[in-house]
Amino acid sequence: MSQTYAIIAETREGKLRQVTFEAIEAARQAKGENDRIAAVLIGHQVSELAEELARYVDGPVHVVDRPDLAVYHAEATFAAASAALNELSPSAVFLGHTAIGRDLAPMIAARLEAGQISDVTAIESAEDGSPLYVRPLYAGKAFERKRFVENAGAQIVTVRPNNFPAAEPLPSSGPVVVSSASPLPSLRSAVKEVVRKTSGKVDLAEAKIVVSGGRGVKSAEGFKPLERLAEALNAAVGASRGACDAGYCDYALQIGQTGKVVTPEIYIACGISGAIQHLAGMSQSRVIIAINKDPEAPIFKIADYGIVGDLFEVVPLLTEEFEKALS
Amino acid sequence: MNIYVILKQTFDTEEKIVLRDGEIEEDGVKFVINPYDEYAVEEAIRLKERHGGTIVAVSVGTDRTAEALRTALAMGADEAALISDERIGQDEYSVSRALAAYLKTQSSQPYDLILGGNFSIDNGSGQVAVRLAALLDIPHAASVTRLTVNGSQATVLRDAEGDAETIELTLPALITAQQGLNEPRYPSLPGIMKAKKKPLQTLSLEDIGLREADIAPKTKRESLALPPARQAGKLLKGDPAQQAAELVKLLRTEAKVL
Repeated sequence: MSQTYAIIAETREGKLRQVTFEAIEAARQAKGENDRIAAVLIGHQVSELAEELARYVDGPVHVVDRPDLAVYHAEATFAAASAALNELSPSAVFLGHTAIGRDLAPMIAARLEAGQISDVTAIESAEDGSPLYVRPLYAGKAFERKRFVENAGAQIVTVRPNNFPAAEPLPSSGPVVVSSASPLPSLRSAVKEVVRKTSGKVDLAEAKIVVSGGRGVKSAEGFKPLERLAEALNAAVGASRGACDAGYCDYALQIGQTGKVVTPEIYIACGISGAIQHLAGMSQSRVIIAINKDPEAPIFKIADYGIVGDLFEVVPLLTEEFEKALS
Repeated sequence: MNIYVILKQTFDTEEKIVLRDGEIEEDGVKFVINPYDEYAVEEAIRLKERHGGTIVAVSVGTDRTAEALRTALAMGADEAALISDERIGQDEYSVSRALAAYLKTQSSQPYDLILGGNFSIDNGSGQVAVRLAALLDIPHAASVTRLTVNGSQATVLRDAEGDAETIELTLPALITAQQGLNEPRYPSLPGIMKAKKKPLQTLSLEDIGLREADIAPKTKRESLALPPARQAGKLLKGDPAQQAAELVKLLRTEAKVL
């Protein structure tokens, strides 16, 4: 019997997020041959995005378009998602493991009395053909393979950004269904203000390149050369716990076992010694570059390329070289 | 105000992970309150200092978890409850159902505010607290860096992947702590002494009114593995300008990532 895998799409600054296409790819890998993929898109003035999304799925795209859903609101977005999922009655729901996905997925799982496997980085096939979901433990110090218990209801999955390839479009588009604007339940919470500190910046979780600073950066001012390098590379800026604790930057930038886990193509660690807790958050990056004064710093033990030197001297030179190479 | 803090005991962040017979070795490991849950404990104490009330620290875990609850009591929580039952597995569906059942039985001291961590640094799935809010049908705000309570209203500043959202919630509500919320205190010596006399209940599934079938897990672990060890690579030679040029060249020709 054909089953429905539903993707909950995510938008950012008027575009579908990359992780949504990665979640579609993950669902394609997990689903059975005869199963279809549907999508749920929640927001305001998103009809063009719905058309775009429809090119990637063979099932319907359910759209809930309301002015009061223009920004994410846990209660309201969940109510809208629940209504759309009710119509689709999916056997599985896939989301990005993002600020929104991490918030929305457990609410959906609780409502559907469903199991959830979070932060999935790969999908393998078990001997019986059912999907095995690979996910990190201890921020990547270990990995587990998990499966859903058979016949235990719906399956909720969140996928880590940057780990699945983005899905390719299909030869033909699925239908777009605009859900009737059912009234929202009475809300017990309200979003008063949203400050887009990241507007126009590269998202840390989705960045292909991350330039990260540690205690060696010495001050908030010391992050300037790193920011210039990041700009030249269209990279995101991150930091170690040491740099955050010292007040050089916002905790939102912290990479490590506490903080964010990133898996970019290139990770450039500047003035970071390489504490175990930091390594857990970045050692799955494809290529690691370390710049540090101390040749004994543990970061050099896991770096593909190391430069022993003063980051304030090396980073601006590196910025110039990258600009030359990329121009 | 009745504040419940849900917490988990985890490995210290500086611990390495070693596998023995396919399981994570726990012998000799230093255990702590999950760092994000520790912010929740601290925030509960600060709210109590300002508004008065009672703080109950709650955990689902093995007998060893009592140590983490004692630490919370030593920091300033008033009571603790350990839901410890072999029939409750690691699955987030099961754990959140157990916590919800426990909270629903606390009618003599109903929750006004439930605090927890943004995620646990071991399993890292970040499900249990949000599931709990949904099961109790109360509003929540996750990943909070600032919290104020005024009467029956909580106002929070929430970190959403670097963006800052201000959210108002009507109590009862559930809030999860993000780094930056506060700086947790160390338990004082008098605090540690007092903690020994504070009530710490141990509860079984029956005590919270559940049967094994109510918490049958929805997911299961097939296997565990360590990531492949990374090898130390090349140290680049020459003066800084030569090193920089060499690095860009290698990224292009050898690593092929540019």
